[in-house]
Amino acid sequence: MSEAFIELRGVRKAYNEGLPNQFWAVDGVDLTLERGRVTLLTGPSGSGKTTLLTLLGCLARPTEGRVRVAGQDVSSLPERFLTEQRRHNFGFVFQQFNLIRGLSVLDNVMLPAFPLAPPHGELRSRALQLLGELGLEHRSDARVEWLSGGEAQRAAIARALINDPPVVIADEPTANLDTHLSKAFLAIVERLKDEGRTVILSSHDALVAEATIVDRIVSLRDGKVVG
Amino acid sequence: MRHWIARQRYLIDYTVAALARRMAKNAGLVAVYTALVFVVASVLLYSHALKREAGFLLQGAPEVVLQKLTAGRHDLVPADYVEKLQGIRGVRSVQGRLWGYYFDPLAAANFTVMVPPDRVIPAGSIVIGEGIARTRGAAEGDVMAMRGSDGALILLRIAEILPRDANIVTADLLLVGEADFRALFGITPGLYTDVVLSVAQPREVRTIAEKVLLRLPDTRPVLREEILRTYEAVFDWREGIVLMLLVGAGLAFVILAWEKASGLSADEQREIGVLKAVGWETGDVLTMKLWEGALVSGFAFLAGFSLAYWHVFTFSAPLFAPVLKGWSVLYPDFRLTPAVDGLQLASLFLFTVVPYVAATLVPVWRAAVTDPDRVMR
Repeated sequence: MSEAFIELRGVRKAYNEGLPNQFWAVDGVDLTLERGRVTLLTGPSGSGKTTLLTLLGCLARPTEGRVRVAGQDVSSLPERFLTEQRRHNFGFVFQQFNLIRGLSVLDNVMLPAFPLAPPHGELRSRALQLLGELGLEHRSDARVEWLSGGEAQRAAIARALINDPPVVIADEPTANLDTHLSKAFLAIVERLKDEGRTVILSSHDALVAEATIVDRIVSLRDGKVVG
Repeated sequence: MRHWIARQRYLIDYTVAALARRMAKNAGLVAVYTALVFVVASVLLYSHALKREAGFLLQGAPEVVLQKLTAGRHDLVPADYVEKLQGIRGVRSVQGRLWGYYFDPLAAANFTVMVPPDRVIPAGSIVIGEGIARTRGAAEGDVMAMRGSDGALILLRIAEILPRDANIVTADLLLVGEADFRALFGITPGLYTDVVLSVAQPREVRTIAEKVLLRLPDTRPVLREEILRTYEAVFDWREGIVLMLLVGAGLAFVILAWEKASGLSADEQREIGVLKAVGWETGDVLTMKLWEGALVSGFAFLAGFSLAYWHVFTFSAPLFAPVLKGWSVLYPDFRLTPAVDGLQLASLFLFTVVPYVAATLVPVWRAAVTDPDRVMR
């Protein structure tokens, strides 16, 4: 049995708290995710997949319940410490990629490391190395708005890996890709898994659910784990 | 410390890249900002330099000027007043002066006419300021016709044109001999325009002024320090008028800056969310925006101030000189000595750079303290 890396206990997350339209996007989730495994969160639209990802990745705090990352309770950490967790433990690949327009691919990849201020030469060569591994080195100077969907996703993956995080979180990673590019993405995930990283995906794409690299599928409905 | 510097360099790099992305918008803002600093700095630099120049000039002026008053109006001073003043202790010298204004219909300008106390101008000769020579197209040796108080023409040959150095006071000056002056204005011998007193101890000037009033109650002593204060007040007033006129421009800029700085676009808000999601702290985002504000306003301040310095001290402030310099129709053509008042510079910085940076930070802070999870939604 692998070591537990992220644990959720009785986690609930409300939006529009205290307003007439308040709703619980995540409603009482208990979950343990092991280190080095690929977990898929699946379920229909509005089932709470993305909200659960934000809680797992320290992008948001739960309204109720406890979240522990690497043994540390992060549920009520001040913003600064939560950022520290994100910076060192998590790399994110967003559904819309969220690359900063107007900047080059290389600058986008280096961006998460700026506040850590590593030596520039080292950072640059690490970013180029990542782009090389993802087959994007030749596009390093291109502005991100000139990239194709697959290239933009690979740039986003390189950005997620620049601080060498143990966990990579990808929200609906194949939503904007065709079958060929989706398979290419799953090949990258396999490599990340081989490197010992924990990967958490959210998707309702059957291609992802059927992929052999996925170790565990967590099904959600109405904010609750149903399987 | 090295880590801190390296971090700031990364943030500055990002800021510069971010500014370059919205090049047209930022260039427009910097241009308007620079123009505003240029205008305000020009007014401040010019007025300050003028006041300083006036102060220098007055250093050589007599400590006390005595005017005779009749029915509360300035009147001519009888020559025997000079003798009465000579006996006062502490008075080093007393001299009656002859001076007045002459309206020249040809130039449509007022000239200052005086009999110089330190040199003798031969009868029939005249020495003129550079501004008059320029306006009338006159050269040395030419004859200048002036109409006396009785309507008769008086012809005076130009013996000399005053050098440009002291142009701020001599541009509209005409120096004539005593006889010609009296003929021109119909002032009979034994009368002066006013009297100047030189005092042995400058600290005693007020005491001497009191003694003068006791001895000659129908006179008014005007002290040099009072003239200096008047100059300051006049230039301050002019500066105030111009700055008031500029308030409108300033307000327009404030609206523009507020719109630019405070109205974070959806794109900018999303960008802040992304930066936070990928590991930037709220402090990193604020520092980056602080650099952005500092770069924009610092550049505009330096550019505006440098342009103003150049405008005032190289080109003699052609945009504001007419209103700031004064009433004379003959604007003297002179170059001011470069002088910058540290306090003025600091005030200008405080009123232009600080509000802009503050206006930039408040909305960014509001955006930066929210949870970054909305970039996922």
